[in-house]
Amino acid sequence: MRGAKSAKWVAIAAVVALGATACGGGSDDKGSDSKAAVDPNGKFSVEVGEPQNPLQPANTMESNGSIVIRSLFSGLVDYDSSGKIVYVNAQSVDSKDNKTFTVKLKSGWKFHDGTPVTADSYVKAWNWAANPANKQTNSFWFSDIQGYDDVAPAKGKPKATTLSGLKVVDDNTFTITLSKALPYFVYKLGYEVFDPLPESFYKDPKAAGQHPIGNGPYKFVSWQHNKSIEVAKFDGYKGPNAAKNGGVIFKNYTSLETAYQDLKSNNVDVLRQIAPKDLPVYKQDLGDRAVDQAYSAIQTIAVAYYTKQWKDIDPKVIQGLSMAIDRNTITKTVLQGTREPATGWVAKGVLGYQPNAAGDVTTYNPTKAKALIKEGGGVPGNQIYIQYNADGGHKEWVEAVCNSITNATGVKCSGDSKADFQADLNARDAHEVKSLYRSGWVLDYPFNANFIRDLYGTKSDGNQGGFSNKTIDSEIAAADAAPTLEDSEKKYQEIEKQLPNYMPSIPLWYYKVNAGYSENVTGVKYAQDGDPILTGVQVKKK
Amino acid sequence: MGRYVARRLLQMIPVFIGTTLLIFLMVYALPGDPVRGLFGDKGASPQVIAQLRHEYGLDQPILVQYWHYMRDMILHADFGTQVASGRPVTDVLGSAFPVTLRLAAVAFAIEIVLGIALGIVSGLRAGRATDTGILLVTLLLISIPVFVLGFILQLVFADQLHWTDPSVNDPTNYGQLVMPGFVLATASLAYVTRLTRTSISENLRADYIRTAVAKGLPRRRVIGVHVMRNSLIPVVTYLGTDIGALMGGAVVTERIFNIHGIGGTIADAITRREGTTLVGLVTILVLVYLLASLLVDLLYAVLDPRIRYA
Repeated sequence: MRGAKSAKWVAIAAVVALGATACGGGSDDKGSDSKAAVDPNGKFSVEVGEPQNPLQPANTMESNGSIVIRSLFSGLVDYDSSGKIVYVNAQSVDSKDNKTFTVKLKSGWKFHDGTPVTADSYVKAWNWAANPANKQTNSFWFSDIQGYDDVAPAKGKPKATTLSGLKVVDDNTFTITLSKALPYFVYKLGYEVFDPLPESFYKDPKAAGQHPIGNGPYKFVSWQHNKSIEVAKFDGYKGPNAAKNGGVIFKNYTSLETAYQDLKSNNVDVLRQIAPKDLPVYKQDLGDRAVDQAYSAIQTIAVAYYTKQWKDIDPKVIQGLSMAIDRNTITKTVLQGTREPATGWVAKGVLGYQPNAAGDVTTYNPTKAKALIKEGGGVPGNQIYIQYNADGGHKEWVEAVCNSITNATGVKCSGDSKADFQADLNARDAHEVKSLYRSGWVLDYPFNANFIRDLYGTKSDGNQGGFSNKTIDSEIAAADAAPTLEDSEKKYQEIEKQLPNYMPSIPLWYYKVNAGYSENVTGVKYAQDGDPILTGVQVKKK
Repeated sequence: MGRYVARRLLQMIPVFIGTTLLIFLMVYALPGDPVRGLFGDKGASPQVIAQLRHEYGLDQPILVQYWHYMRDMILHADFGTQVASGRPVTDVLGSAFPVTLRLAAVAFAIEIVLGIALGIVSGLRAGRATDTGILLVTLLLISIPVFVLGFILQLVFADQLHWTDPSVNDPTNYGQLVMPGFVLATASLAYVTRLTRTSISENLRADYIRTAVAKGLPRRRVIGVHVMRNSLIPVVTYLGTDIGALMGGAVVTERIFNIHGIGGTIADAITRREGTTLVGLVTILVLVYLLASLLVDLLYAVLDPRIRYA
C-alpha cells in the first residue's frame, strides 16, 4: 500500500541485473498462514544496502535510504494498492480550484522526541528543503509551489528564503498555493520529500541525518555504517499503519547471492530481490515463501530524437521497430519470467493504468513491422544502436531485442555498451547517444501523469531523448488544467492512447518483484514500488 | 641501519605524491560526475547541483582540487568528504579498515602457517608421493577462481553441514572470518607452499648444510635453523607484497561473504566517481605497501647475516 519514490535507480541497476525466474502468477497473498503464534514485539531483519545519503527525507533518492526513511517518517497521505489516496497524518486535503490546497492535520501526533507535529513542522521543513543552500537532492519537488523561482532562481541570487505559497493558518492547518493548478498534486504529497521535520532538526541537520527523529511508525535506534540500521516500534504512533512487529533491523548486504544464502539459513528475514543465480531455484527452495508479483516500473527503449538519424523520422518506422520485438519470448526465455510484456507506457498499479493502451504497436508482427518501416521511408542508415549500461545486466536482453529486430525486419542492430551507469547517464545528459537508449522508470507517485508528463513533455526532467511534440505538450497542459482528478486521469489516458502515433519511446516490459522471506515471519507483502511493507510483517514466536 | 630506514622513508614521499596524483587524474578522466550521479535517471535541480559541486570543490580545475586535497590531508589529516553520504572519508576508512585488517590477518595467518608447513613437508620429501600430492593440491588451489571456491565452501559448510554461517554477520568474530580468510588465502597459500618447497629442496643440497650435518648437529637444528633461515628469503619477499594484495584485492571474497571492507569500498567509490574517497583509501594502501616492503628489506638482514644496511 505504499508507493511513490523517486529515481530508484540503484535498485533498477540491481533489479535489472536479475536474469531469471520461472514464470508464475502474481499471487501476493501468501503470508497469512498464521499457524505459529505471533510475537508483537519481535524484531525482524530486511536486506538493504548502505544508504548513499544521510537519512534526511528530502535528500534520499535511492531505494536503500528511502525504505529506512519511510519507516521513520509519515507524511500527509499515502496510497493503497489500486493507487487511491489514503490520509495518514492529514485529516483532509481540500481544494476548490486545484491551485490552493488546505491541509488539515490530525491532532495529537507527536515526533519521536515528544514534540508535537504541527502545521509549522511541515511548512518549515519544506521551506528548508526547497532552499538550494541546504543542498537537498530532491528540492525540485517543491517547484510546483508558488514562490519556488524566488527561492531557487535558475540564474542569479535568490530573492527569498521561504516559499510564498505556504501559509500556516493555525497549529493544525496550513495552505499550499501552487504556481498553477495541478489536479493531482495530492498524489505528489505522498512522496517522502514532503515529510515533516521536528524543531531539533534545524539545530544540526547533519547530525539529524545520522540520527533522524521522525513521526513515523518506527523510531530510530542506531546506525552502524555498512552493517545495520535498527529501528523500533514507536508506541505513540497514531497513523493507520501502526507496526505489527517490535522493530526492524536493516541489514547491510553487498551482494544478493549472500543475502539469499542467509535467507535460507534464516539469518535474514525479508529480501527485496533474488539474485539472478538463484532465480531458477528460489521457488523450490522457498515454496510459498517465494514472492513473484508485478510492481509499477517499466523498461523502454527511448529514441534520441536529437540525432540526425531520428530528427525527422516518420513515427511509422519506430512503430515498425516496436512490432519487430518479440516481447513474449524474450521475457520468458532471456529474462526468465522476471518481466511482463508491456502493452502501454503507464505501468500497472498506477491510477489511470489501462490495459492495451498501445494497441497493436506492442504486439509482435514481423510482416507488419517490415511494411511499416518501408512505408515510413526505412531506418536511415539501416543500422540502429541501443545504448545500455554494462553494469546493470542489460546485455542479454539488448542482444535478444536486437536479434529479434534484425530477424524480423533486416535492420542491422547492435548494443552500444557503456561501462557503467555513470558513463551511460553522462552520454545521455550530453546528448551523445548515437541512436536509441535503454531507459527505465519507477513510479514517483501512482498517477498516470508520472509516466507521461514527466517523461515526454518537452521540458520534463525525465525527457532526455529530446522528444518534443506540440500536440502532446498542449494536451498535457490541458490535462494539468482539468477541473478534477478524474478528468485529469481521463485526459492523460487519452494522451497515452495517442502516443503510438508519435512513439516517444518503445515500451518493452513491466518489472516484477522476485523476492522471498524466512520462516521467522508471516504477512510479508510488497507494495507497488517493489518494497516490502514493513509495518505489516508479523514475527513468529520462537 | 637508522640512516637506511630514514632514506627509505624519504623515498616514500615522491612515490606517495605520484600515486595520489595519478589516481586523482584517472578518476577525473572517467566519464561521469559524482554529483550528477546522485540524481540517477531523474533530472536534477541545477541550483542544487551547482551548490554541491561548489561545496566539494568540483567546480575548480583538477590541479587546484588536488592541491587543496593534499593540503588538507597533510596538514589536518582531513581526507575530504564523501559526496553522497556527506560522511568524512576518515570515518569511512575508520569503519572499513579494522574489518579488512582482521580479515587480512586471518588470511595471512592461514597463508603463513599452512603454506610454510606444507612447503617444508613437501620440500623435505621432494620427489616422493607426499610431495606430488601437495603439488597437485596447490595446483588445484591456484586454478580454482576465488568465487567458485567461495560458493562451494558456502554451500558445503554452511548450507549442508551447518558448521558455520554462510556470511559474516559480526566482523569482530574471528570464528566467522575463518572461511572467508581461507578463501582469500588460497591462491597465496599455494604460491607460498611452492616457493618454500623449491627453496628448501635446493638449500638441502647446499654446502653449508652438508657441513652442518657432518658436524653432527641434530636434524631438528639443521632443518629448523640452517635450512629454514636461508630458505625463507624468497618467501618473505612474497609475503611482504602479498599483505597489500590481501587488503585491497579482497573485493570478490568480501562480496561473497558480505564483509564491508576496503575492497568493496574502493569498488563503490570508483562506480560513484568519488575521487576523494578513492584517493584516501588508496593512499592508505600505498602506505601499507611501502611499509611492508621496508619491513621485508629489514627482515632480509635478520634472515641472512651477510646482508648489512649501513
